[in-house]
Amino acid sequence: MKAVITVIGKDTVGILAGISGECAKSGANVIEVTQSVMQDMFAMIMMVDITDCKVPFKELSEGLKKIGEDYGVMVHVTHEELFNTMYRV
Amino acid sequence: MINTNDILETINMIQNENFDVRTITMGISLLDCIDDNIDKACTKVYDKICRYAGDLVKTGEDISVDYGIPIIHKRISVTPIAMVASACQAMKTVKFAKALDRAAHEVGVNFIGGYTALCHKGFSAGDYALIESIPEALSTTERVCSSVNIGSTKAGINMDAVAKMGKVIRKTAELTADRDCIGAAKLVVFCNAPEDNPFMAGAFHGTGEPDCVINVGVSGPGVVRAALSKAPDCDITEVANIVKKTAFKITRVGQLVAQEASKRLCVPFGIVDLSLAPTPAIGDSVAHILEEMGLETCGAHGTTACLALLNDAVKKGGVMASSHVGGLSGAFIPVTEDAGMIAAAEKGCLTLTKLEAMTAVCSVGLDMINIPGDTSADVISGIIADEAAIGMVNSKTTAVRLIPAIGKSAGDYLNFGGLLGGGPVMEVNTASPAKFIARGGRIPAPIQSLKN
Repeated sequence: MKAVITVIGKDTVGILAGISGECAKSGANVIEVTQSVMQDMFAMIMMVDITDCKVPFKELSEGLKKIGEDYGVMVHVTHEELFNTMYRV
Repeated sequence: MINTNDILETINMIQNENFDVRTITMGISLLDCIDDNIDKACTKVYDKICRYAGDLVKTGEDISVDYGIPIIHKRISVTPIAMVASACQAMKTVKFAKALDRAAHEVGVNFIGGYTALCHKGFSAGDYALIESIPEALSTTERVCSSVNIGSTKAGINMDAVAKMGKVIRKTAELTADRDCIGAAKLVVFCNAPEDNPFMAGAFHGTGEPDCVINVGVSGPGVVRAALSKAPDCDITEVANIVKKTAFKITRVGQLVAQEASKRLCVPFGIVDLSLAPTPAIGDSVAHILEEMGLETCGAHGTTACLALLNDAVKKGGVMASSHVGGLSGAFIPVTEDAGMIAAAEKGCLTLTKLEAMTAVCSVGLDMINIPGDTSADVISGIIADEAAIGMVNSKTTAVRLIPAIGKSAGDYLNFGGLLGGGPVMEVNTASPAKFIARGGRIPAPIQSLKN
């Protein structure tokens, strides 16, 4: 089972480390990262495998959002299935 | 890997364009709760609802977290209470309303629908008792919603029920005058009422439905408007295409949520209702979609055409996205729940007559309209009869949810708060239809051929 973590906000030092650190702590394996910085806006999309995640999805989601708040960026976590459903017929 | 732009588009829809799933509604049959002792019947009703819907709210919240999509309401619809109450020797139907209200509080849903009578061809004793009790039921409960079906394409219009409902709406408003007449905002009069509608206040669980079912209502006017705003100069064919594509995406999420809720609650999936349901929040308005298409203000000439296009395109896009579609499915135009409609009504551009025309091409009817407090019951019945006639002849659902603003007149305000919103009291043509309404009887069912 995979989840997609989206981070959008002002670019600051340590966002990637913060988010991936929280994933590692919870047992979510980072599979792929796409990121771009446009002017000073930062957008990162991270695909993680949550099959062996040690905490419930809600806890992972809340933990990541908390880190987002610390860095002043918006974090959104969702099951991969949402995007597959919306964009694939 | 999923396309990056698709992901960012979805996140933008959720965070900036008010994208949400409006409601997960659990339909519960109460036919097995019938008992000739009303207190026993009420206990059975309360117990069954609590047993079936105990996990509904938590499941909705869990799905919302997992998919990152807000699910605004978790609600319940039940078998029309008039049927359940028919067997009771004591016709104190309001006891059922109180049992429903207690159950709604216990399981944590914000509305429970089904305080309903279906009397499109005539009244049974249970129908009559329930209709009589509606003003008391809605004024003494908080979460119960009521509806009455007074006509259908196959049966015609029960004009005795039309006459009665004019009085019931007024009485309900009078009994809740101290709360901005909110009772009337929870009462819908239908023609061709659907049996699987998940949206309040008109939801009930039809007799052809299974014991328990999950129906989901989607939303997303803000998303449709935002998509149209990115193509400001395209022609109308492209406008329809953009609406279809957007409706497809919105409905797919509804389908996903419905299937997941069905699986987790072990309850069969019923339908997805493809509706564009506005809220008073800025950026969540159906009127603003019509204005995005090129109208200066909703209510201008051209509004009915824009709404017809929107309603049709939403269905075309949504139908392919879901395995079962039902309910009301279309664009809602509730005046007090839509920031754009409120603004248009304040300007005087959107009138009751224009709204009536709009209801011929959209999914429901005259919805959430504040009318002057001195509007007579006969005039209200006349409005109901007109609206039911549109539904009957066009083989579509129409509904009337009017709020007589007791003690107030055109230009004053009612404010219900929350998703019911609030708005100006609109002018009503007060010429009397009293003699027509007093005749009673039935308008015969219309011919279904020779369509012109």
